[in-house]
Amino acid sequence: MTDASRLVELRNLTKFFHIGRGEVVHAVDDVSFGISAREIVGLVGESGSGKSTLGKTVLGLHDKTSGDVIYNGEKLPAKYKPADFQRHARVMQMIFQDPYSSLNPRMTVGEIVGEGLKLHTSLSGAQVRDRVGEWLRRVGLNPDHMARYPHEFSGGQRQRIGVARALVLEPEFVVCDEPISALDVSVQAQVVNLLDELKESLGLTLLFIAHDLSMVRYVSDRMAVMYLGSLVEVGPADRVFFAPKHPYTELLIGSNPEPDPRTERGRDATAIRGEIPSPVNVQPGCRFANRCPKAMDVCEATTPELIPVRDLGHDERLVACHLYG
Amino acid sequence: MSAPPATLSAEAAPARPPLLEVADLRVEFDTYGGTVQAVRGVSFSLERGKTLAIVGESGCGKSVTVQSIMGLIPMPPGRITRGIAKIDGQDMLRDQRIDGKDIRGRLVGMIFQDPMTSLNPTMTIGDQIAETLQVHAGHSHRRAFARAVELIDMTRIPEAAKRARQYPFEFSGGMLQRSMIAMSLACEPSVLIADEPTTALDVTIQAQILDLMADLQRDNGMAIVLITHDLGVVARMADDVLVMYAGEVVEHGGVDDVFYRSAHPYTLGLKAAMPSNRTDAAQELTPIDGSPPDLFAPPEGCGYFARCPHAMRACEATHPPAFAIAGGHDARCWLHHADCDRDAAQVYRR
Repeated sequence: MTDASRLVELRNLTKFFHIGRGEVVHAVDDVSFGISAREIVGLVGESGSGKSTLGKTVLGLHDKTSGDVIYNGEKLPAKYKPADFQRHARVMQMIFQDPYSSLNPRMTVGEIVGEGLKLHTSLSGAQVRDRVGEWLRRVGLNPDHMARYPHEFSGGQRQRIGVARALVLEPEFVVCDEPISALDVSVQAQVVNLLDELKESLGLTLLFIAHDLSMVRYVSDRMAVMYLGSLVEVGPADRVFFAPKHPYTELLIGSNPEPDPRTERGRDATAIRGEIPSPVNVQPGCRFANRCPKAMDVCEATTPELIPVRDLGHDERLVACHLYG
Repeated sequence: MSAPPATLSAEAAPARPPLLEVADLRVEFDTYGGTVQAVRGVSFSLERGKTLAIVGESGCGKSVTVQSIMGLIPMPPGRITRGIAKIDGQDMLRDQRIDGKDIRGRLVGMIFQDPMTSLNPTMTIGDQIAETLQVHAGHSHRRAFARAVELIDMTRIPEAAKRARQYPFEFSGGMLQRSMIAMSLACEPSVLIADEPTTALDVTIQAQILDLMADLQRDNGMAIVLITHDLGVVARMADDVLVMYAGEVVEHGGVDDVFYRSAHPYTLGLKAAMPSNRTDAAQELTPIDGSPPDLFAPPEGCGYFARCPHAMRACEATHPPAFAIAGGHDARCWLHHADCDRDAAQVYRR
């Protein structure tokens, strides 16, 4: 599934962590998919499914074990050197999950947001301040807040500072790692709308990692579902949400509570049993086989590949399941 | 505007007092910055076998409310200045002894948001559950441990006997929360208080834990107070809903009333701020701009005034009482005053 029109292309991307005694964590295992320019791809999955590791590996924050990330036709290095970060930081950025631990408490907001400009541009101090002030305004903060420290802000305001820091260099591609999970509902909508607006005005391409399925469906053009290091389903967000094909996607969406008492009263008891297994020394075969209500003999033995499955009248859907083999 | 007679909801008086009754609870905390009025007059009641969900954003006082009932407010700096909280007629606020005679732990069980930090890492899960029974029921260790294994099994943790001898670090987040539930149910409490029990868990595990709580409630008829900020969880679990804002109850009613006939602008705002997966619902997210008021000096009028799209002049100056909308459904909002011109309220936007 290589496609030259994609801005970001993952080819068999793999990230293993060796944790001693011959044990290997299969955090990201042979993942291939592409993200088109100006597209928002939502990446969902349970904790431990490898979503964050995938996002960080794409940006070079983790070295790749094998496989490639192709950005705009250029293959990115397997192991980043300082010069690579220097070069790529201008086009690729990240927004982190925790607005409390991802901002240096000893730096002022002006220093935090302006650091990228100082490192990657030749702007003068005054120009940096102007640009930082402009971005603080753009994310809905007051430019006068530049001299303040992170602890003086609420969670939602801090997340805006994180957004301003990531976008001040006007990157093309941003990985948002659970940007709203730590925020209150009323504030989540503010940050999501802000990202949406900036996506339109800057032409951003986003990989939006989250576990809130309703929010991912709302935000994303396409949705990718990850389980234990592998992609199990990729397709248009609405289709994946409303007409899931992979048994895991079906169970995941089926566990998502709707803010609607009538829907919830009509819901059957949750079908999903057990918990996500350990990603250490994963055996061949479908990773979901031991929890899957539709498991067959073949699932234990052979790893299903992510293949296109027809979804009449809709865009391409990729599913990794022997039911569709 | 002169204060009108407070038309508080007149619920049909039950034959006997409700299982859990909280009235006009007020809690303050002394801090360097002054005194925070965290809870400003909260009242509710709950019957056996029912679930009450308390919703609201961080800092609205929902956790402090239930911590007061559990005697978990550190005093000082905390202070319960007014109100009553009774379970089965027994006062929960005055008697703060923590020993075998303490009613907390027998009448009420509690589970917390983060099972990783609420369990003792140096004790086995079985011993921690057994300790509850040793303290409150006076069981021997052997007998308490055997019961702990039964409780672990009841929360559907496989291989309970083996698991009881393991430490918290050997458990997953979902398993730890099941253990917390087992512990909280050890003394067969009549009320279970769950403070954001599934916020730290994945949706799949959340669904399992919510199912477990509902099944246990069906079996033993306990009442559940569920604190959450997730309206999906509320819709799934609650019989009644209490919406809190700035230390007060702004709307209270049956789950269908609060969801389908929302009467307070804050409730409407919360609903509009989260995505709905119903095809007939609005597809735009509308955030609630601004932030909650400073509870060092709570506003004289309505706490939601500064953020409310329907705010009127009366709202700034005069504190709204709870107006009855229908039986068992009330909202603390001047829009429901008989003299309020609803059209004017819509137009008068700040």
